[in-house]
Amino acid sequence: MDLSHLDLPFIWAALLAFAVLAYVVLDGFDLGVGILFLVEREPEDRDVMVNSIAPVWDGNETWLVLGGGGLFAVFPLAYAVILPALYPLMIAMLLALILRGVAFEFRFRATGFGRRWWDLAFCGGSVTAAACQGMALGGLLQGIHVENNAYAGGWWDWLTGFTLLCGIAVVIGYALLGSSWLIWRTEGSLQRRCRRHARALVTATLALIVVVSLWTPMLNPRFMHRWFGWPGILFTSPVPLLVALTAWGFWRGLALKHHLTPLLCAEALFVLCYAGLGISFYPSIVPPSISIWQAAAPDASLAFLLVGAVIMIPIILAYTGYSYWIFRGKISAGMHYH
Amino acid sequence: MSLDALTLARVQFAFTIGFHIVFPAFSIGLAAYLMVLEGAWLRTGRQVYLDVFQYWLKIFAVVFGVGVVSGLVMSYEFGTNWSQFAYRTGPILGPLLGYETLTAFFLEAGFLGVMLFGMTRVGRGLHFAATCLVVLGTHISAAWILASNSWMQTPQGYRIVDGRFFPESWLAIIFNPSYPYRFAHMLGAAYLSVAFVVGAVGAFHLLRDRGNAAARVMFSMAMWMAVVAAPAQIVAGDLQGDNTLQYQPQKVAAMEGDWQRHAPGEGEPLVLFGLPDQQAQTNHDEIAIPHVGSLYLTHSWSGTIKALNEFPPGDIPYVPVVFFAFRIMVGLGLLMFGVGALGLLLRRKGRIYETRPFLRLVVAMGPAGFLAMLAGWTVTEAGRQPYTVYGLMRTAESVSPVGAAGVAVSLGAFAAVYLVVFSAAVLFLLRLMAVPPHPGEPGPPKVPQRSAGLTPGPAGAVEEPSPEPAE
Repeated sequence: MDLSHLDLPFIWAALLAFAVLAYVVLDGFDLGVGILFLVEREPEDRDVMVNSIAPVWDGNETWLVLGGGGLFAVFPLAYAVILPALYPLMIAMLLALILRGVAFEFRFRATGFGRRWWDLAFCGGSVTAAACQGMALGGLLQGIHVENNAYAGGWWDWLTGFTLLCGIAVVIGYALLGSSWLIWRTEGSLQRRCRRHARALVTATLALIVVVSLWTPMLNPRFMHRWFGWPGILFTSPVPLLVALTAWGFWRGLALKHHLTPLLCAEALFVLCYAGLGISFYPSIVPPSISIWQAAAPDASLAFLLVGAVIMIPIILAYTGYSYWIFRGKISAGMHYH
Repeated sequence: MSLDALTLARVQFAFTIGFHIVFPAFSIGLAAYLMVLEGAWLRTGRQVYLDVFQYWLKIFAVVFGVGVVSGLVMSYEFGTNWSQFAYRTGPILGPLLGYETLTAFFLEAGFLGVMLFGMTRVGRGLHFAATCLVVLGTHISAAWILASNSWMQTPQGYRIVDGRFFPESWLAIIFNPSYPYRFAHMLGAAYLSVAFVVGAVGAFHLLRDRGNAAARVMFSMAMWMAVVAAPAQIVAGDLQGDNTLQYQPQKVAAMEGDWQRHAPGEGEPLVLFGLPDQQAQTNHDEIAIPHVGSLYLTHSWSGTIKALNEFPPGDIPYVPVVFFAFRIMVGLGLLMFGVGALGLLLRRKGRIYETRPFLRLVVAMGPAGFLAMLAGWTVTEAGRQPYTVYGLMRTAESVSPVGAAGVAVSLGAFAAVYLVVFSAAVLFLLRLMAVPPHPGEPGPPKVPQRSAGLTPGPAGAVEEPSPEPAE
C-alpha cells in the first residue's frame, strides 16, 4: 500500500494525541478513585470503589502503553529526548503505577496490617502517578533543552513552580473525574458524599484551569501569539466559552442529582483543556525546538504501523465499549469477598 | 569495572526484565491451561474441570496483574535509560512494539475482566470466547516481542541512514533468521514452566489427600504435558542452538567454554564443568567428555566450531555468565525430561498418584521451568554482548546521556519496590496454592457485583444458570 502522499507525521500526531486523550479520559477516573481513598476510609466503601473499576482499569492503562510505545515507534527522537529529560518523574510514575496496579489484587488477599498497607499503596500510587503526569505535562510545556538530537539539560530542569502547579491540577482534576465516576456507579451514602466531593473539586479544578491557562502563554511567545494573535483568536476564543458552558452543565447535573451528567461534563472539561493544550503545542512535539516532522520516524515505519492502527483502533474501541457494557450498572455495597 | 551509568543501566534492565519475564511466561502457559480446562468442562460437563479452572483462575489474576505493571516499566525504560538505542532503532522496533500493544495488550485487557469476573454476567459460550481471546492475546504478544528480540539478535531488512536503522522490508525484519526458533523455544518454556508449577501444586495436595479429585486432575494433566513438552523443548533448543551457531558463533563458543580451536580429528568436547577465565582465555578444573560436543553442535564425530580466540577480545561476551547459565538451563531441562519419563513409567504401572517419593520430587521441581527459562534468557542476552543490535550497535553506544547518580537512585527505587511487590506476589501465590482445591471452588474474590439501579439485571444470557453449584 502506498501511503507516501499523505502527511504521515501529522496523521500520527493526531492519532497519538487521541491515544493520550483516551488514556487521560479513562485512566483519569480510575486514578481519581484511588485519590479519593484519601477521604473515603470505610473498608466497605473502599471495596465498592475498587470494584467499580476492577474490570476496566487494565484496559485503561493500556492506552498509556500505546502512548509510550507509539511515541517510540513514530516519534523516536521525541521519545529519546522527553524520557531522559523527565527521568525522575517517569520513574516515579512507573513505580507508583506498579504499586497501585498490584494493590487491586493484593488488597483483597491481605488482611489486617497488610490490607491497610495495600490500601495505602493504592492511594499513594494513584496520587503520585497523577502528580507525575501533571508535572510531566508542565515540564514539556515549559520546554526542553535539546542539543544534537539529545537532551542537554540537568536532572531537575523540569522542577519549577509551573510544573508543581500542573501536578496539583492533574491530581485535583483526576479526583474530580473519580468522584463523578462514583456518582454514576454507586448509590446511597457513598454517592451522596461523592456529590459533595465533586462540588469542592470542580471549583478547585476550574480555578486551576484558569491559572494554568493564564500562565501557559507566558512561557513561550509562540503560545502567546497562538492564543491572542490574529487570526488565531478566532479559533482559540471558543475554548474558554465552552469550558464555562461545561462547568454550568456540571453544576446543573449535580444540583438535579443526575447520575451520569457530572461524569460526562467532567470528561468534557478534560477534552477541552486537552484541546487547549493542542492549540498551544502544535506543531511542536518537544517545545520549543522539535516539530512533529523533525521527530518523525521514516515514512516506511509510519505507514506500516498506520495500517495496523486504522484497523485495530476501531476494533479496540468496540470491544472496550462492550466490556464496559457488560460491567454496567450500580455497584452494590456489602458484598462478601472471601 | 566501575559503576558507571552504562553498568547501572544494564543492571537495571537485567533486573526489571528478569522479574518481569516470569509473569508473562506464567500468563501465556496458564491462560492456555485455563482454556483447556474450560473447554473440557464445557464438553464433558464434569464439575472437577470447573473446580480446577476456578482454582487456577484466582492464581491467574495475581500473575497477570503483576505482569501488566512490570511490563509497563519496560515500554518506558528504552527511553529513560537507553535513549540512544531508542533513537536509532525506534523506526524498526517501535512499530513492532506498537503492533504488540494494538493487537495483543488491548485484547488481553479487554477480555480479562470478562474472564475473571464475568462468569455470572455472560453466557458460558461467551465466557469461553473471552478466555480464548485472552489466550490469543498472550500468544500474539509473545509473537511480536520475540520478533523484536530476534531482530536485535539477527538483524536484517534494514538500511542504515545517519547511523539509524530504517526499515527496508517488514517481512524480512519480522521473519528474521532466529525468530521461528526463538518463538518456539519460548512458547515451549512457558508451557513447560506452567506444567511443572501445576504439577507441583497437584502433587503437594496429593501428598496430603490422595483422593482429592481436582488435585489428581491437575497432576495428571501436568505430567502428560511434561511428557510432551520436555522432549519438544529439547528439540527446539537444539534447533535454536544450530541457528545461533550460524549467526552468532561467539555466543555458542561462550556457551561451550571453547577458547581455542581443537586439533583436527579431536572434535569438540562436552564440557561438563569448568571455571572459565576471561583473562587467561582458558577453563580451570575442566571436566569434559571428548567428541560429544561435535555430535550436537556439528552433528558429526570430529567437527569443530569457531573458538573464542578467533574473535577480537572486544567482540566476545563475558564467558562465565553464559557458560554457567547454559549449564543450568540444560541441566534443568534434562531433569524435567526425566521427571516426565518417570511419570509415564509410573502411570503405566498405575501408581502415579501413590508413589510418594515421586510426588515429593515433583513438588521440588515446581520452579524448575522458570529457573531454566531465566537461565536460557541469560544465555541469549548475555551471550549477544557487547551488542544490542548484533554486530551493528554496541551496548555502550545505546545508553542515555544521563548521569550515573540518577540511574543508581532509580535502580535502588526499583529494587525496593520490586522487592515488596514480588515478595507479596509470591506470598499470595503460595498461599493460594497451599489451599487444597475442592468441589465448588469459588472464583476470584472480587465476585461481580449484581446490577441494580439504573440498568438492572445481568448482561448477556440472563437465563444462564450460575456455574457455581448451590451449597
